[in-house]
Amino acid sequence: MQRSLYLDPAKCTGCLQCEMACSYEKLGEFNPSRSLIKVFTFHEEGRFAPYTCTQCDDAWCLRACPVDAITINLSTAAKVVNEAKCVGCKVCTIACPFGTVNYVHETGKVGKCDLCDGDPACARACPTEAITFIDANATGYERMRAFAEKSISAANATAS
Amino acid sequence: MQHIIIGAGPCGVVAAETLRKKSPSAKITLIGNEPEPPYSRMAIPYYLVNKITEDGTYLRQDQHYKELGIDYLSQPVTSIDTGSQLVTLADQSQLPYDKLLIASGSHPVSPPIEGIDLPHVHSCWTLEDARQITALAKTGSNVVLMGAGFIGCIILESLVKRGVNLTVVEMSDRMIPRMLNETAGGLLKKWCIKKGVKVLTSTKITAISESGSGMQVALDNGDSLLADLVITATGVKPNTDFLQGSGIEVDNGVVVNNRLQTNIPSVYAAGDVARGKDFSTGNFSVQAIQPTATDHGRIAALNMAGMDVEHHGSLNMNVLDTLGLLSYSFGLWMGVEEGDSVSLYNPEAYQYINLRFGVDEDEDVLIGASMLGDTAHVGIVRGLIESRIHLREWKERLLDNPIRLMEAYLARTQEFG
Repeated sequence: MQRSLYLDPAKCTGCLQCEMACSYEKLGEFNPSRSLIKVFTFHEEGRFAPYTCTQCDDAWCLRACPVDAITINLSTAAKVVNEAKCVGCKVCTIACPFGTVNYVHETGKVGKCDLCDGDPACARACPTEAITFIDANATGYERMRAFAEKSISAANATAS
Repeated sequence: MQHIIIGAGPCGVVAAETLRKKSPSAKITLIGNEPEPPYSRMAIPYYLVNKITEDGTYLRQDQHYKELGIDYLSQPVTSIDTGSQLVTLADQSQLPYDKLLIASGSHPVSPPIEGIDLPHVHSCWTLEDARQITALAKTGSNVVLMGAGFIGCIILESLVKRGVNLTVVEMSDRMIPRMLNETAGGLLKKWCIKKGVKVLTSTKITAISESGSGMQVALDNGDSLLADLVITATGVKPNTDFLQGSGIEVDNGVVVNNRLQTNIPSVYAAGDVARGKDFSTGNFSVQAIQPTATDHGRIAALNMAGMDVEHHGSLNMNVLDTLGLLSYSFGLWMGVEEGDSVSLYNPEAYQYINLRFGVDEDEDVLIGASMLGDTAHVGIVRGLIESRIHLREWKERLLDNPIRLMEAYLARTQEFG
């Protein structure tokens, strides 16, 4: 069963536990500024929105990489940056139309969510189930994601 | 079915892989013209600073092509007979094809000035160029870089890291004129000077001559510079010479339709050599950027495999790291007449953001942007432009504070507020 991160802004309270958990999982330190999941704040609406890579099928980041440094983890379907191969050219950061690949000055490489090998720390840490890791087909999320992807891939090419 | 792909850069390799996926039994031949495995020119700057070894520039691992049943040949193509569907190689051997892809890329061009052919004047384009530059650009060497465009600025960083005394000579009034406006280009120049690079804009090199063990580089302002090595980065042109007499239409690049097909139905063209469709303008032009090359390669291959896939245009975009200062441009970054725009300019922090909006029914649609400095989630600029999202009330919010791009995207796609 393929599982994916389901992000539900309606349930997010902006506690930022996910950012703490992500940075601790990846860096061994609490450093939300380097978290691979981000919570955006909407003061006007009094809302929060957690946001990270949806591991899209089209994987613009993977296709744009000039040195084959982004590959698919076959068990989780996550698109994973191989740090040893990444040269830090940043083409993937502009190619990803969802803005979820970022350049990391500290490492000179790019960083993105890799689903923590199938047990995402952000989902474990979220106290309100705004972030869950669930069967990709069990919710409408997959359709939603596919729609978002289509709106952009249609811009590039359509098959008839 | 026999597919031939001329050109083993990212475009050709992606095309070969896509063809293999769609046509499991087809014969696929990938032809490069350098004595190397398929590699990425984009990785060369990192090779120059020893961040990677040569094999770090390779597009794929050794066995990849064998595993996919893709024949890789490294030999220049000398001519194409589109009547009998034959490709002739430098050794006079001929290969028949059913479908042909021209993905031959581009080559650097240098201005016709005296001394441009001297042995220590190099372009920085191929792995072999990079080997030569590595040998000549040593700590303390005097190096003159001709051209501060996109490629010049990428090499610039590598040269500084190699410890050379660097002077950059650019004939335009600013650095990267095709990617940054006067404000951002000026800020980038200030940054480079702060990092110890001599930057001469609105200046031309008029002649290069041998002088003792090095060279003398004459400038149009009357000054001259001493140089152990001159690197030219003054633009590139599509590789189309070998198409002469083939009947394939060429006009500053191979002319293609929105299926990446040339005027000869069995021949397609893609990547830096092709005049593909531009997402923003709808016009056909050579973009010569990596993401477009791989878009083209994939879409051309799908059509070659018998599908009918229309290319709606690739977004012109660039990212560049110049000595730690990042610059970006997307789409119509210079804007359109009467379109709104907003800038955030903070020279002390070396930060600049400029957003451009459309007109009429697209007055709340982002159509272009350029930035200097770190920009988190920068890919969302592409997402906003390509999905043509109407920003509604978020346009005003962006005019107030242009860094809230990610919030604008989320609010407009998640329907809250």
